[in-house]
Amino acid sequence: MSIYQTNLGGGKHWSFIMRRGHLLKLTDIEGSGNVGMLLYNPQNLLERYNAPDTLKCQHTFFLTAGNCLYSDMGRILASIVADDVGWHDTVCGTCNREMVEQRWGALSYQQALNDWKQNGKDAFLVEGAKYGLGRRDNAANINFFSKVSVDGQGNMRFATGHSRPGNSVTLRFEMDTLVLLHTCPHPLDETPDYPRHPIAIEIAEAPPMEDDDHCKQSAPENTRGFANNAIFHQCSVAGH
Amino acid sequence: MLKESTLRPEHAIFRRIVGAGDYFFEPVKSGQVIRIVDVEGNQAADTLFYNADDIAERYSAVDTIRAQKNIYLGTGTKLISTEGRVMLEIVADTVGRHDTLGGACATESNTVRYDLERRHMHACRDSWMLAVALNERYGVTKRDITHNINFFMNVPVDQTGRLDFDDGLSGPGKYVEMRAAMDVLVLISNCPQLNNPCSGYNPTPLEILVWNGP
Repeated sequence: MSIYQTNLGGGKHWSFIMRRGHLLKLTDIEGSGNVGMLLYNPQNLLERYNAPDTLKCQHTFFLTAGNCLYSDMGRILASIVADDVGWHDTVCGTCNREMVEQRWGALSYQQALNDWKQNGKDAFLVEGAKYGLGRRDNAANINFFSKVSVDGQGNMRFATGHSRPGNSVTLRFEMDTLVLLHTCPHPLDETPDYPRHPIAIEIAEAPPMEDDDHCKQSAPENTRGFANNAIFHQCSVAGH
Repeated sequence: MLKESTLRPEHAIFRRIVGAGDYFFEPVKSGQVIRIVDVEGNQAADTLFYNADDIAERYSAVDTIRAQKNIYLGTGTKLISTEGRVMLEIVADTVGRHDTLGGACATESNTVRYDLERRHMHACRDSWMLAVALNERYGVTKRDITHNINFFMNVPVDQTGRLDFDDGLSGPGKYVEMRAAMDVLVLISNCPQLNNPCSGYNPTPLEILVWNGP
């Protein structure tokens, strides 16, 4: 059951706290979108999304349905319960001001008002600062809807137009989680015009998790990750 | 690309052996060259760099691999900061490639990767925690502990996107050498991991050498 729906235009940012047991569905309305995301435990901001742990725990270079998003404390912040994109990047970071200016030309707020060319790094800094986070807290982020694969020599290739119109990915939050997100371009997107693709955001209650849950059973590592979450939820006095 | 150094150990201004499960946390000046030696082979050096004048600027794995459009580090790799600047450059390497995707081992991630009851086993991140706690003068804390380099480690990714921890390409006496392009703090954990082949199930010492620039 949907609790809230909104559309976020391309090149924008937002942040909010997702409660445990809720779904966050992101839909790439026009295709070719990108959603940069960082995750933190709001009760202990030092616990945060950890891309290397997420990848090595699941022996993967990318994210898709069945994968869990790990914090540095061995716990699952969120799991990917549905995905028709198939590949989401988490190793390329985010675009910064210099990159946007070099590739697409500067367009300030003074010139263009809210159609300015925002960059992902500033977007994360703005949203993070609302919770006391700063430059020291930026981590390797997720880039939903974007695919970067490698060849046999490790050379990276960005897949232009990877996500199709209407593609979506759904996260189920396994802990209360601070979400910082932006819709700025992927840092390897070199399309001639500043990519400005709107994303639909829907928040809903998640159905109770069954024992045969796909994310829990997708790897023995994830079964153990959910066991860590159970300890966290059942044993910790103040949820920490 | 393999490249040997012309620098001679007897000319180094600094030499230190770092045992497995221990840390190294020292400044290196702009222009100086730091060498990390895999003394007995098959070891992993989990490494972070900070701008000594502004620790909010630090090594960025994602900016580094994106800038060179390749996920492996080797001779010629420029180690890029979170501000997009070159911190150090790899100027010699007798191993071939190094990992920066796999991150460091932690007691917490070990519970996920191996067993909840292995949480007591020593891990790189605990070495870093002790390093920052005992060296408050640098101002580094847990919030600064980020996505590191694993020198000597072999973490291949295939075309389908599978990522594995394989037996290392390194061997006894192999090394990697970097020239600093700014004053940096170097934080290394000599990996104590016993659950996977990154240290050959037998963690061994590293040696760190520093030379003044030519």
